[in-house]
Amino acid sequence: MRPAPARSAFLGMLRRDLLIAWRSPVEVLHPLVFFVIVVTLFRLGSGPGQHALAALGPGVLWMAALLATLLGLDALFRSDFEDGSLEQILASPAPLPLLVAAKVLAHWLVAGLPLLILSPLLAIALGLPDAALPVLLLSLALGSPVLSLVGAIGVALTVGLRRGGTLVALLVLPLYIPVLVFGTQAVTAAGAGLPPTGALYMLSALLVLAAVLSPPAAAAALRISLD
Amino acid sequence: MSDMARFFDMGGYALYVWSAYGLVAVVLAANVAGPWFRQRRLLRRLAERDSAEER
Amino acid sequence: MRTPFNHLAAPMHFYRWGARLVPWLGACTVVLLALGWWGGLVLAPPDYQQGDGFRIIYVHVPSAWMSLFVYVVMAGAGAVALIWRVKLAEVLMAASAPLGAWFTFLALATGSIWGKPMWGTYWVWDARLTSELILLFLYLGVIALLAANEDRRRASRAAAVLALVGVVNVPIIHFSVQWWSTLHQGPSVGSFGAPSIHSSMLVPLLVSALAFKCYYLTVLIMRARCEIVERERNSAWVREMLPR
Repeated sequence: MRPAPARSAFLGMLRRDLLIAWRSPVEVLHPLVFFVIVVTLFRLGSGPGQHALAALGPGVLWMAALLATLLGLDALFRSDFEDGSLEQILASPAPLPLLVAAKVLAHWLVAGLPLLILSPLLAIALGLPDAALPVLLLSLALGSPVLSLVGAIGVALTVGLRRGGTLVALLVLPLYIPVLVFGTQAVTAAGAGLPPTGALYMLSALLVLAAVLSPPAAAAALRISLD
Repeated sequence: MSDMARFFDMGGYALYVWSAYGLVAVVLAANVAGPWFRQRRLLRRLAERDSAEER
Repeated sequence: MRTPFNHLAAPMHFYRWGARLVPWLGACTVVLLALGWWGGLVLAPPDYQQGDGFRIIYVHVPSAWMSLFVYVVMAGAGAVALIWRVKLAEVLMAASAPLGAWFTFLALATGSIWGKPMWGTYWVWDARLTSELILLFLYLGVIALLAANEDRRRASRAAAVLALVGVVNVPIIHFSVQWWSTLHQGPSVGSFGAPSIHSSMLVPLLVSALAFKCYYLTVLIMRARCEIVERERNSAWVREMLPR
């Protein structure tokens, strides 16, 4: 059976973006290195003792993951905008929200997933209790796609602007607050031996909501930015 | 204490009550004055532009 | 595309009608504000717990209500601007953003002034104050996006998308912040708006709130008229209207 056109458009876009990322591996590493550096700086900023960090650890990891995602997001549409391929994407007959979703998924696979894989190492370095590690992974797996999806709207809104970078942070960071709250809560609860399920359910709900609403919003924003 | 003095004293909360009302009054007034002056400046500038073009 | 309110929605007609409405709305604002504050500062009896300090609610609560109301209006105007491409809706959205931000600022400032004598500190990370602070961030984002784009139409359409995203997020953010603050048991907070409030206290509050609504309408029209002239500076009707 031949794949439906929408599906092949989605997969084609996904493949294209993954290939582009594959060809410039150094850029892919930037957010990852940033993630590690931010966690290190937080550790050094909190003094040599261990006790303050036990409470702050989940928040530090989540904040670092959030900032690293934000840093990486700038690349989501910018290079496509600069070489003109974004206009071709907009002109293609496939539904734009679908293509945007493919781009976000590719971006998450390249930038979000490595953070996820690296996070247990940093969690151990920060002295998080072992019981919190699976929950940390699960919360990041549910929460970091939300960060990419919501961030895509901010990047799409600022894609044509000269000083886009700081503006994206200003637009997007307030919208990240629920993810930060529920993600941190889940890890903190698990570390204290409490059930993290409530916060994880909330993260799942946010993921569903963002997956449904964010691609059309980002698509509309792209059309406005390139109008 | 006279009625007036009692009113301004606000049962010891004078500082807080009057600074809150004062701040609100200042901000509300400034937000009226802003567009008012902006409108006048704008119309004057556009009128100058038009008379410069006519000459 | 034609819309039901095509006639009034034309910027030129709005500009002219606005000039006639502003003095009346302004007068309503002054009268209502005078009545509301007189009722709140003089007529209402002191609160049995908070004494005369509670009188701050007559500026705080209307500001807080307006901060949310303006955001919803802004998002609604943004939706109209995006769906029907009504120019006036773009203008009203862009004119609402700074006003809403100021109302939010006033709600925060008066809230923390009230907090000093009541909680003993200017700032508490309580759910309502924190949500209000985040609302201010959302407003600042819209304002920054409006300012970042030189093409005003594009700027306001982009800001409209952001406002709509924000309006979906405001309840989620409030819920998450509430969740957060109940887990970190903060100081037990006696907050504004006791459930059973006596009518001598309630009526001035409602009058003040109405005054704030009138104020918003007045300044919204004033701001929108500036915005219209700036956008249509080269159109024939603006040139004709200018003083010679």
